[in-house]
Amino acid sequence: MSNKFIGQSIKRVEDKRFITGKGRYTDDIKLPGMLHAHFVRSPYAHARVVSIDTAEALAIPGVVAVYTGDDVAAINGVPCGWQVNFRNGETMREPKHPMLIATGDTAKHAGDPVAVVIAETKEIAIDAAEAVLVEWDELPAIASPADALKDGAPLVHSQFPDNKAFDWSFGNPVEEVDAAIEASAHVTTLEFVNQRVVPNAMEPRAYIGHYDAVADKYTLYTSTQNPHLIRLLMCAFVLGIPEHRVRVVGPDVGGGFGSKIYHYTEEALVTWASKQLELPVKWTSDRSEAFLLDAHGRDHVTKAEMGFDADGNIMGLRIKTIANMGAYLSTFAPAVPTYLHGTLLQGLYTTPKINIDMTCVFTHTVAVDAYRGAGRPEATYLLERIIELAAHEMGKDPAQLRFQNFIPPFDGVTQPGYQTQVALQYDSGNYAPVLQKGLDLLGYDDFRQAQKQAANSNKLLGVGFSTYVEACGIAPSAVVGALGARAGLYESAQVRVQPTGKVSVFTGSHSHGQGHETTFVQVVADKLGIAMEDVELVHGDSDTVAFGMGTYGSRSLAVGGSAIMKSIDKVLEKGAKIAAHKLECAEGDLEYGEGKWTVKGTDKSIGFGDVALTAYVPHVYPAGLEPGLDFSSFYDPANFTYPFGCHIAVVEVDKETGKVDLKRMIAVDDVGNIINPMIVEGQIHGGLAQGIGQALFEGTIYDENAQLTNGSYMDYVMPRADDLPMFETANQITPCPHNPLGVKGAGEAGAIGSTPAVVNAVLDALWSGGHNDVKDILMPLTSERVWRAMNN
Amino acid sequence: MITYPFQYKRADSVADAVAMLGEGGKALSGGHSLIPSMKLRLNAPDTLVDVGRIAELKTITVDGNDLVIGAGATHGQIASSSVVKQHVPMFAEGAAHIGDPSVRNRGTIGGSLAHADPSADWPAMVLAADATIVVQGANGSRSIAASDFFTGLFSTALEDDELITAIRVSSQADAKMTYQKFAQPASRYALVGCAVVKSADGSVRVAFSGVSDTPFRDSAAESQLNGGASSANAASGQSIMSDHFATEEYRRHLANVYLKRALAAVA
Amino acid sequence: MQINLTVNGKARASEVEDRTLLVYYLREQLGLTGAHVACDTSSCGACTVHVDGVAVKSCTLLAAQADGCQVTTIEGLASGNDLHPLQQGFKECHGLQCGFCTPGMIMTAADLLNTNPHPSETEIRVALEGNICRCTGYHNIVKAIQWAAEHQAVPA
Repeated sequence: MSNKFIGQSIKRVEDKRFITGKGRYTDDIKLPGMLHAHFVRSPYAHARVVSIDTAEALAIPGVVAVYTGDDVAAINGVPCGWQVNFRNGETMREPKHPMLIATGDTAKHAGDPVAVVIAETKEIAIDAAEAVLVEWDELPAIASPADALKDGAPLVHSQFPDNKAFDWSFGNPVEEVDAAIEASAHVTTLEFVNQRVVPNAMEPRAYIGHYDAVADKYTLYTSTQNPHLIRLLMCAFVLGIPEHRVRVVGPDVGGGFGSKIYHYTEEALVTWASKQLELPVKWTSDRSEAFLLDAHGRDHVTKAEMGFDADGNIMGLRIKTIANMGAYLSTFAPAVPTYLHGTLLQGLYTTPKINIDMTCVFTHTVAVDAYRGAGRPEATYLLERIIELAAHEMGKDPAQLRFQNFIPPFDGVTQPGYQTQVALQYDSGNYAPVLQKGLDLLGYDDFRQAQKQAANSNKLLGVGFSTYVEACGIAPSAVVGALGARAGLYESAQVRVQPTGKVSVFTGSHSHGQGHETTFVQVVADKLGIAMEDVELVHGDSDTVAFGMGTYGSRSLAVGGSAIMKSIDKVLEKGAKIAAHKLECAEGDLEYGEGKWTVKGTDKSIGFGDVALTAYVPHVYPAGLEPGLDFSSFYDPANFTYPFGCHIAVVEVDKETGKVDLKRMIAVDDVGNIINPMIVEGQIHGGLAQGIGQALFEGTIYDENAQLTNGSYMDYVMPRADDLPMFETANQITPCPHNPLGVKGAGEAGAIGSTPAVVNAVLDALWSGGHNDVKDILMPLTSERVWRAMNN
Repeated sequence: MITYPFQYKRADSVADAVAMLGEGGKALSGGHSLIPSMKLRLNAPDTLVDVGRIAELKTITVDGNDLVIGAGATHGQIASSSVVKQHVPMFAEGAAHIGDPSVRNRGTIGGSLAHADPSADWPAMVLAADATIVVQGANGSRSIAASDFFTGLFSTALEDDELITAIRVSSQADAKMTYQKFAQPASRYALVGCAVVKSADGSVRVAFSGVSDTPFRDSAAESQLNGGASSANAASGQSIMSDHFATEEYRRHLANVYLKRALAAVA
Repeated sequence: MQINLTVNGKARASEVEDRTLLVYYLREQLGLTGAHVACDTSSCGACTVHVDGVAVKSCTLLAAQADGCQVTTIEGLASGNDLHPLQQGFKECHGLQCGFCTPGMIMTAADLLNTNPHPSETEIRVALEGNICRCTGYHNIVKAIQWAAEHQAVPA
């Protein structure tokens, strides 16, 4: 493979349409006769529907239909895609998540829908929704996961008397961990909350269902990260309609961060309604609805204890966590606090004994599911907060304590992968150099000097470290199947060489900001030795792409890219047969490069385009070989991939107001081989902003009635340009040993490492100012919380 | 999206606007307070009277010893006005930090004052500058002292059929003045906005936005300072707002910090 | 009501509802879908266009208020096939990922460069206060605007 494009910061192919305003997002699509849906939603977090009267709404001119729970009773609820059983073997409790709450049933979070109005315009639909008269019987509600387990807590599902979805233990037997902690010379205990955050992709969710009665075919345009998965879930589990009569299109999608993985009720409802009305039906969320309804992230309440021997070596880690599932189990929800979190608690450390005790509960809130990082940020936050606190308590340097406990380097080729205490086997890792590089970029010694001087000024300075390892390239099907996944998480790809040698690549990955139209094409063009202009990437349409599992879990290149590589291998293998025939030599005499097959040691060659043409015009052709040059492949990874890195934050804290100013954010990441450094860096930047957002700005606030009180950009603090510094990034490259590109994935790393770095930095600043007893400040670290920590 | 119908009328002159407002309706200037509240249905007037095209409302002039800012002057226009910078520099400094550039391009001083959001920036500034709000109604024009203008949460001394036409403030070129804001991190409105004007004779006026549900002149702090004290307790005797960005205790603390910082800036 | 305005250099005469916001007029009636709606509180800036040469949030302006005005949207920013320096800058510096906030970012930045052709990093960040991006962390947006400032033909 020539590397003309791989490793280069090629400017993005897809940019032109976006910078000229020609992107085509779902809400930009207008179909003839299209109707508009608006939902009537529960104003209460928990309330029984006593009655619904739609007569007045139906009488409004322009209203075409109003559907209630009775109309959709035959439709199944949206399913959960992952099963985690109770530790005693009892099956996970999986409540039905209905399309619409029917009369007599109860709404289980604010925004749960009871009716949908379909009208000629969105304005009419909204107006008419106000005219649907719903009588409610409000019931007590809970939002906090800790409250869910209290005696007498209001029940989310009356059939589940303790609000538990499931409980779960993982790692070494708890007795062994108890013994390790008991034997420790020092035990650091940290109780903290990993607060609930709202994904806030900038494009609100939007769907258009379009049933074509003549063709008897449905089309769903959807702002999704995985069109085929939506088609599978909607056809097989929800609507019971034949998959081959359904086309799902994910056009340009304005960010996802996890929130657009899941199959949502509105998606199925517009599809169903378009069949009833034989007209296209569109629903576009507004931001207020997005805050209420898009699956949220995080929401753990944790107590962690880490034991050390007298030299500072980690002896054991014991964790008890309650995780909030929300009112229903969303598509991936059970996997997030368990197999994407519990399995990452080894971190980069040689901790010999680890046990986590997890209880996952229902509350009267919208579902919690994977949000950028999904479980790994929670694991990293836990580990990196507690080790930093331990260093403070033991009077050790936080960087040195990490160096001391790092797993030694292993490349996964000449040395085996690292077997953790929590099931996973890391593929390759080399941890100390990323921390050292971070310290060098920081100028650690100089920083400590500056910090001492600042302690006497109005502003305290602090530095916080975070080193992380995460699991990407989701996921080896056999492994996740054994862990409860109800689907394999492979990827498919088709490489279709056109007769003129131009190449169309069909991938089941879905780009919604990641730049696949550029990076995937770089790979294909290099591998085939042709121009990037001669390669086109097709994604996001179930009618053109055979199948796909979509984009999340930093998986697209590691899994989707590997599937493409498999197809390319098949193209080259068949192409060699054709070339050998044309060049009248043995296949073994040929070598491929620079877009042509050459007879080794000669100047006899045949170009890729000529071979392609021959494959489609096979007059002079190997006997018995099929015409055509078009191959599909499925790639199921052998293991997860394990990127790692070091994030360092420097903050200034205003002693008088508690206001935190992030001065520097350093990120040294090892994401394996890099196809396009510019795009990888961009992914890191975006992740950093989201991780910093969780540390300093973001978080839901529920009142005593489980109502979200900060569901708009006037109250929910999104990181803005003037909140953030320029980021300082660097890379180390430790290739993934088990996929053909050696890539690990870069989509989530920024969000995984940065949050604890920022919080640690604020605590370090406070400690430098003599506030040595402060162990934790609740995220987000608002000015008031920091001020209170300094003035308690 | 505004989901209910209303009638839009455009006024060509102040007289025209006052006549239209007399028939019921709400004045629409830059719309940056009113339209967002209509989108969320917090406000639902059945008629909007667009006063945004009335040229006489957009001028910034000097009349004798007074600076006269038309109610339709945008925050951006005020922020960059050399006349404002010369006579009441705090107004230019403060206006430059209202909202974001797009908001400053459309939002007007008159619209902001009429909306009377307790966390908006203008109230503290007009109070500390001892400005006068000039309004026009069916019965003619009247002037309302800033200290009489804000009557409560989102409420003012303005009658329904009256239109703010100008903000009149005596030239304070020889005074030192500042507006210091601790911004709410999401909306960027003032969690605490403190305006201080120190006249050439050393007397001080202090006003706050964001602290209480009615913006106020801090007369208690003023009397301490004008009595010779070098520092003062902010917002004594005021009822203090509390929300999830700042409890009452923290807000009062911030008011004190920002008063101290503002006083340092005019020292 | 009837409005007459110029959009991207083209005279338009349209019938709109009194309540129609400019952004919906542009998107639904003119098919100019580059301005996006990403919030309902006038906070995010995804809908930013220019009216009479200055940046405005088109979700906070009635179409009626734009009657008689010159409106420029992202679709009208390039001169024919020549991209505006900001459009080029966003591509050169990877100032966009999902692209949803991009039109608003570019239109806001264009207003900034009109009034301040060589802004500092801080001035750029402050000018973007009303535009939210969830993908980029703003780093490359700042660089894109700096790139455009260096590559603009003649400061306006």
